[in-house]
Amino acid sequence: MSTSDKEIALKDLCFRMADDDLILGHRNSEWTGLGPILEEDIAFSSMAQDKLGYAQAFYSLIGKYKNSTADALAFTRGEKYFTCCRFVEYPIGEYDFSLMRHFLFDNAEAIRFDLLTYSSDTDLANLAKKFRSELKYHTMHANLWIEQMGNSNEETNLRMQSSLNTCMPQALGIFENGCNENKVLSTGIFKGEKFLRDAWLNMITPLIEKSGLKIPDIETQTPEFGGRMGYHTEYLQPLLDEMNEVFSIDPNAEW
Amino acid sequence: MSIKSIDPRITRANIDVNSSPEEVLKPMSHWQTYECFHQGKRGEHHVHVGSLHAPNDEMAVILAKEQFGRRARCVNIWVVKTSSIFTFDIDDEDIFKNNQEKSYREASGYKVMEKINKYKKEHKPA
Repeated sequence: MSTSDKEIALKDLCFRMADDDLILGHRNSEWTGLGPILEEDIAFSSMAQDKLGYAQAFYSLIGKYKNSTADALAFTRGEKYFTCCRFVEYPIGEYDFSLMRHFLFDNAEAIRFDLLTYSSDTDLANLAKKFRSELKYHTMHANLWIEQMGNSNEETNLRMQSSLNTCMPQALGIFENGCNENKVLSTGIFKGEKFLRDAWLNMITPLIEKSGLKIPDIETQTPEFGGRMGYHTEYLQPLLDEMNEVFSIDPNAEW
Repeated sequence: MSIKSIDPRITRANIDVNSSPEEVLKPMSHWQTYECFHQGKRGEHHVHVGSLHAPNDEMAVILAKEQFGRRARCVNIWVVKTSSIFTFDIDDEDIFKNNQEKSYREASGYKVMEKINKYKKEHKPA
């Protein structure tokens, strides 16, 4: 097993995770100041900021191998080079959609980080150990909202169910293999997307049932793939333009 | 004509310049309030740090974590419905007045702290 295999695997996985966190962190921060109530606005914004923190850490880890910086990796790559899943790119929509995405994505991320604490790469394992306690709160928050909205009244239940139906194929896109998934597995960096997907389904199924919602039949769902290969929704490029607007005025500015 | 803002989110929302606020808030049209108590270290007293709106106990404690637990060190939080707190009427403040000379009852009357500090100083672990 050569070092370069491990490096390729590490970069592949870290780009996927960092891009997911950067884009979803940016999306969720769009609620700042516009959240349904002040207390939730603060909580949701704070968790969005946590995501940007994960992105920064994973980009920095890649930067060590590529002799680059987190800022450069986040703000200067073209859309085609992003490997985030399409799920994180969609506009925030109504709050039910954003909550459902938060629930589905963060439960997957929490399990991902738990698994990564056993990664053969110690840097990555240490980051995962550091972040998992934050994710524990994120999932507590998400699970409670889903449970309460699902069981509250007919309107909230219908809205959550409809968001779940919309989100499910998109969420399954989280688990699309990266270009170097085989190396990710063979080097022991991560247990892989297939393993994560099954663990995630086991985790969310009882939570969804407890919330009075019906999980769509997974066998009949067509996962929305493409993001990991650089094929994105029409929503990513405008987001990148907006996000990079200030950075591109003067990329070398000192902050 | 819709509002053009330097905040792209506001511009995207397509809000009419002449639109008036949608609803007039009435008293109690918000969720109830909870009082929050922050514990900085295990074993320390929980200290009142503020209040927040929440629909029920479970949501109150979840929301309190980000309102009051994310800046200073925190190991736990209590939330209590504001309506569960019983208190004196503000007009009855005079019952707390000490009319007689009772300073011997005040904690500051005890001089033992000096002795404790002196002992601590002398027995400082190396």
